[in-house]
Amino acid sequence: MGMKESLHKLKMKYEGKKMAPAFNALHTFLYAPNETTHSGGHIRAVDDLKRTMNTVIIALIPCLIFGIFNAGYQHYYAVAEVAGTAAEYKVTSFFDTNFWNWDNFAIGAWTVLPLVVVSYGVGLLVEFIFAVIKGHEVEEGYLVTGMLVPLIVPIDIPLWMLAVAVVFGVVIGKEVFGGTGMNILNPALTIRAFLFFAYPTWMSGDKVWVHQAVEMAGQPDAISGETILGSYAQNSAVVYDYWDMFLGFIPGSVGETSKVLIVFGAAFLIFTKIASWRIIVSAIVGALVMGLVFNGVVDAGWIDNSSKFYGLMSVPFWQHLLIGSILFGAVYMATDPVTGSQTNKGKWIYGFLIGFISIMIRVFNPAYPEGVFLAILLMNVFAPTIDHYVVQGNVKKRMKRLKLKTA
Amino acid sequence: MSKDIRIKKGLDIRLVGEAEKTISEGPRSRTITIRPSDFHLVTPKMVLKEGATLQAGDEIFYSKSQEEIKFLSPVAGTITEIKRGARRVITDIVIEADYNGLQRDFGILPVNATADETKERLLEGGVWPFIKQRPYDVIAKPTVTPKAIFISGLNTGPLAADLDFVLSGKTAELQAAVSALAKLTDGGVHVSIASSASLFSGLSDVTTYTVKGPHPAGNVGTLINKTSPINKGETVWTVAAQDLVIIGELLLTGKFNAQRIISVSGSGIKAPKYYRTMIGAEVSTFAYDAGVEGDNNRFISGNVLTGNKVSPEGALGFYATEFVAIPEGDDYEFFGWNKPVFDKISPSRALTFSWMQPKKKYDLDTNTNGEHRAFVVTGNYEEVFPLDIYPMQILKACMVEDLDEMEALGMYEVAPEDFALTEFICVSKQPHQEIIRKGLDVMYKEIG
Repeated sequence: MGMKESLHKLKMKYEGKKMAPAFNALHTFLYAPNETTHSGGHIRAVDDLKRTMNTVIIALIPCLIFGIFNAGYQHYYAVAEVAGTAAEYKVTSFFDTNFWNWDNFAIGAWTVLPLVVVSYGVGLLVEFIFAVIKGHEVEEGYLVTGMLVPLIVPIDIPLWMLAVAVVFGVVIGKEVFGGTGMNILNPALTIRAFLFFAYPTWMSGDKVWVHQAVEMAGQPDAISGETILGSYAQNSAVVYDYWDMFLGFIPGSVGETSKVLIVFGAAFLIFTKIASWRIIVSAIVGALVMGLVFNGVVDAGWIDNSSKFYGLMSVPFWQHLLIGSILFGAVYMATDPVTGSQTNKGKWIYGFLIGFISIMIRVFNPAYPEGVFLAILLMNVFAPTIDHYVVQGNVKKRMKRLKLKTA
Repeated sequence: MSKDIRIKKGLDIRLVGEAEKTISEGPRSRTITIRPSDFHLVTPKMVLKEGATLQAGDEIFYSKSQEEIKFLSPVAGTITEIKRGARRVITDIVIEADYNGLQRDFGILPVNATADETKERLLEGGVWPFIKQRPYDVIAKPTVTPKAIFISGLNTGPLAADLDFVLSGKTAELQAAVSALAKLTDGGVHVSIASSASLFSGLSDVTTYTVKGPHPAGNVGTLINKTSPINKGETVWTVAAQDLVIIGELLLTGKFNAQRIISVSGSGIKAPKYYRTMIGAEVSTFAYDAGVEGDNNRFISGNVLTGNKVSPEGALGFYATEFVAIPEGDDYEFFGWNKPVFDKISPSRALTFSWMQPKKKYDLDTNTNGEHRAFVVTGNYEEVFPLDIYPMQILKACMVEDLDEMEALGMYEVAPEDFALTEFICVSKQPHQEIIRKGLDVMYKEIG
């Protein structure tokens, strides 16, 4: 008896039992189910939610792999800086062996992979528990969330904190609303927000972005781990050039640093029609517009370099895309179809405001110079309102037609 | 004069097993079955009992709520069985056919008959059920005067019967039918056609619209939405093009001739072609004559997007002008959700490659290709939905039975078939047509 038949027999055996959803999840992971159509259309297109989520995961994998190597590179580069040998370590091209080597990978594997394991392990466990208790199928939403979470946290975040945040995010961010498709806030960002507010020392500052920077702080060989945003926020000099920022050889959350790979992922998601190009484009436009406004403020001489906002306001508008996680947020977070705007017109407004507000928070937030996750969460809350007004436009058209007829 | 309508949103689903353009005569059906469930929201009140002998055109039952709507027997013969389901609802009325039996003659209707006389004849002659109305997509209320009447003169669905082929030689019947229908409305009869070569473009008493674009360009709902969307309080009627022939024949000859030319197609059929048959005929008469591939097929009375499943012993539906057999997909597929797919249709490009071969014909089965989920993906329905309506929002309004919202979002304008494509591409495998049907039923009950 083959595996297919064995699984089918087990499915029959567990049908109606408490553990059926958990078993079904494993079964449907291995085999597309044998469900057939009943009413209405007798044929269906091939895409399902699993395939959709899987495509997003594929788009995230380059960022994950880069994040693994970058974890090691940033660590060794910081150590070399202390030793005064940074020039030798400096990566000069995307394919530099100073970056793609086993030493870097070892640190990345040691630090990043546990984040992935904890994120998926804890998150899926919560999902399975809810599925069994509520008697519904295990839904696929967490497949993407589980991959996003390790990519948007600092490298050395303690695993127990991550686990607590994941439980919070999945339960409060999603399951209390009824599960995948019903949530109001992006679960991955809910997890990040929880970490940010519950354990702020691990989520911001200039020490958390490079492996072991926190542990070594205060010691003679302390390493600096400041991000570019941090430098700008303190009006201090930025040591990275645009090329570093674009390719991603900079400190930051695990998966957000390589803009080239994010652009690559965006192209893949847009090409596969999985992510909304409207949201991605409008978020970028929104960020650029806000950046331009700030540049205008600086050019007009309304603030001078003594202002604490000067550093970030004077960043050339387009450079905002190269620093921080605005691009990662626009491509992988804002495009979440459940928590974003659902109408096409609404998507333009929603995306634009995310980009716009992200840069606004980035410049004005004194404690933490990154605003993407707050901007997206804020707009998650407003997305239904945006949709409401867009749909009302259609409704009004209908009412107007009726009035014309009856007038 | 023909006006142009061009739609961009939609999806042409190309399937293998298109019917060859020849008309065959299958073996005559021993029995004819009328299923009251084909007439949505009609509660049948039987006129004849089991064992009764009848002429072709004799009344079998009428609608309990609108007694003037009568349902006639397509053939002479004997009612051998009245099958009942749960709560004694009549499911099937089986008539053993006597093809040499008598046929009722309603008399020829003069060309200059008044609107009332015409209506009376259509009701008496049993062809009223072919006239449907929107809102609600049910048999038209005879007491209401419609804003206009709409007919689709082109089929764009998968494996669609070629209307020009099926209707060829029926110009007189079509003309008689549209001229009669035109009397029943002040708004005229509007027909969508594929090109000026259509039979309809030569008819009088109609306004034709040349419709171009992918499916659902041929849906009558698309024509209505693009030309004269339905407002609250308005009613429009729709008639299927092939049913016009039966209506026309009644008016010209005085007889209810339930003969149909149907396309028998799909990858489950060995020699797909057209058959001359009757409303309610046993599907085995033409399905097995054309040959059936394998022993695990889904038989569908109607088309693959909106038809009804029938058993091999079942009968053709009252409205069906197509019969399709496709393989059942009741099998598991190893890693079916993430491996590259070349042999199925996908609106996305998520490791699916139907976008590379837009002209390729696919052999789709009945597998849902995934499990039922809450609505997650947004914006994809709009790509295949050409009506000026928000499909996902209206579906959600139906699910929560929010009558105000349903009304505001355009529920009066739609029929379940308008949501066949959104259902086809739905990633969450939601039953869109069923949701819309239930929504319409709730509205009918609450608002009427």
